Amino acid sequence: MNQTKKQFWNRKKLIVLLVVISAAYLLTALFWGLFMDPSLYGVHYENKLLSPSASHLFGTDAMGRDMFYRCVKGLSNSLVIGLIASAISSVVALVFGVLSAVFGGWLDRFVKLAVDLCMGLPHLVLLILISCLMGKGAFGVMTAVSLTHWPSLTRIVREEVLSLRQSQYVSASAKMGHSKSWIAFHHMIPHILPSYLIGLILLFPHAIMHEASVTFLGFGLSKETPAIGVILSESMNYITTGKWWMAVFPGIMLLIVVILFDVIGDNLKKLWNPGSGNE
Amino acid sequence: MVLLLFLVSFFAFLLIAKSPIDPLTSYIGTNSTLSAEAKEEIAEHWGLNGTVTERYGAWVKNLLHGDLGTSITYKKAVTTVIKERFANSIVLMMLAWAISGVLGFFLGVLAGLHQGSVFDRILKLFCLALKSAPTFWLGILFLVIFAVKLSWFPIGMAVPMGKLASEVTIADRIYHLVLPVITLSVASISEPVLYTRQRVVEILNSDFILYARTRGENPRQIMRLHILRNVMLPAVTVQFASFSELFGGMALAENVFAYPGIGTATTAAALSGDAPLLIAIAMISAVFVFTGNLIANILYGVLDPRIREGERK
Repeated sequence: MNQTKKQFWNRKKLIVLLVVISAAYLLTALFWGLFMDPSLYGVHYENKLLSPSASHLFGTDAMGRDMFYRCVKGLSNSLVIGLIASAISSVVALVFGVLSAVFGGWLDRFVKLAVDLCMGLPHLVLLILISCLMGKGAFGVMTAVSLTHWPSLTRIVREEVLSLRQSQYVSASAKMGHSKSWIAFHHMIPHILPSYLIGLILLFPHAIMHEASVTFLGFGLSKETPAIGVILSESMNYITTGKWWMAVFPGIMLLIVVILFDVIGDNLKKLWNPGSGNE
Repeated sequence: MVLLLFLVSFFAFLLIAKSPIDPLTSYIGTNSTLSAEAKEEIAEHWGLNGTVTERYGAWVKNLLHGDLGTSITYKKAVTTVIKERFANSIVLMMLAWAISGVLGFFLGVLAGLHQGSVFDRILKLFCLALKSAPTFWLGILFLVIFAVKLSWFPIGMAVPMGKLASEVTIADRIYHLVLPVITLSVASISEPVLYTRQRVVEILNSDFILYARTRGENPRQIMRLHILRNVMLPAVTVQFASFSELFGGMALAENVFAYPGIGTATTAAALSGDAPLLIAIAMISAVFVFTGNLIANILYGVLDPRIREGERK
């Protein structure tokens, strides 16, 4: 009995199960929030500042808005921003990484300089500068988060392509008369796709966290939007009077989402490259 | 290297120059009663009528004279604001940096030595969770627990409210510093712990440890001669290279605790469109990160003879 059980739950299946559960949770939060009836987190002055109970799982805030629904809506907003931002960042990373490694020369130097430039300022300062430039607001924070997350992934892509360039089949392909861009499209991009996708998933938590931080500091989403950053910065006004639930639960929700993305990314990495499991 | 610093400053300057902030209004304030001639003089001094490169040139020229302009948010010269605030921030950052580094290193070594034990598992889980937790949320949590529920520590600021600057004692300052420092240390501790732990595990599995054991070295000798020596260098370097994240964490922690440092100045400057202060802060943060990376690079050479040898060849 025990033997068969062990065989059924091997590591691969466990990893797949873990990834599926995490993805299901994230998708639920995303779609539930997207199609949520706004009245659920509407203003009800009669139940101001209630502590958590069965009808209001996370309690209510100073305007009587239900914190649980606000959190879900906020998470889904964060996820949308994270999705867009990491999509843009990763495309930039892919293009920059492949270009610099395939063509080398001044292009390579330019990309390396751009990466150093982007990493030369503390990430948060850069985010604040860019969202100021774009005139704050949702669009500003989205641009800022999208434009600042590519350097690390660019480095990964560049390293991978550089090592690919030495491989035999690439030089064989070049000898057969294929151009550099043909090789890049037909040999290199398909080859680095898995590690690129994993890198993309691991970008997510950073994007979401930075969005929340910038919003918390007051440069991101507007005060009316339900967003974790807004909720937490509002809660700062009430925690001194002992309204702890306003800060604790939204943070935990954000934490769970961030951890789940890490779990998915790391486990996919293990599936793809079993050797990395010992890290 | 210096070129990079120059480029970063130009880049930051460009970002602010292109932003909707009007440099002249941000310099004198919206409701100023300055005459048109006076305004013209200011515009002349900072080259405001020229192109971005000309303005940058004017700014660098004034920078070399030690003049960074006046901050309207604080109604003081930018250099004074930066000096005051950076002194506060540097204390906060260096304390947190040292605490997270030293504590993280020891916890990491301990966890690595007892890989797979309950302690190791709990610590690893804890660190992975901390790595994902936003710094400002940690700050709020500490505020709720230690300042509100237990009222062990003050809720914010760097000095007691309503006290004259001359009456503020060192003890007051330390008392107000405790929570921000703890927050920042906890927020940045997971990196050194996880890094050190992984290195220790790697080293323990290597052949030279096996060889040392067969030679009959006792665990203490192995620890001192092989593990610590090999882990120290990368751990210290990684810690220096983390200045960028440290700065970001500091900005968030300061905002939670309303601690009067660079972090709160950054948000104040950005919210009120205080361009001169914002540029100065961007510059000083770039210099800060740059210093960290530079020290990390130098330390590589100093602590690892192999790199020194490689460079000599």
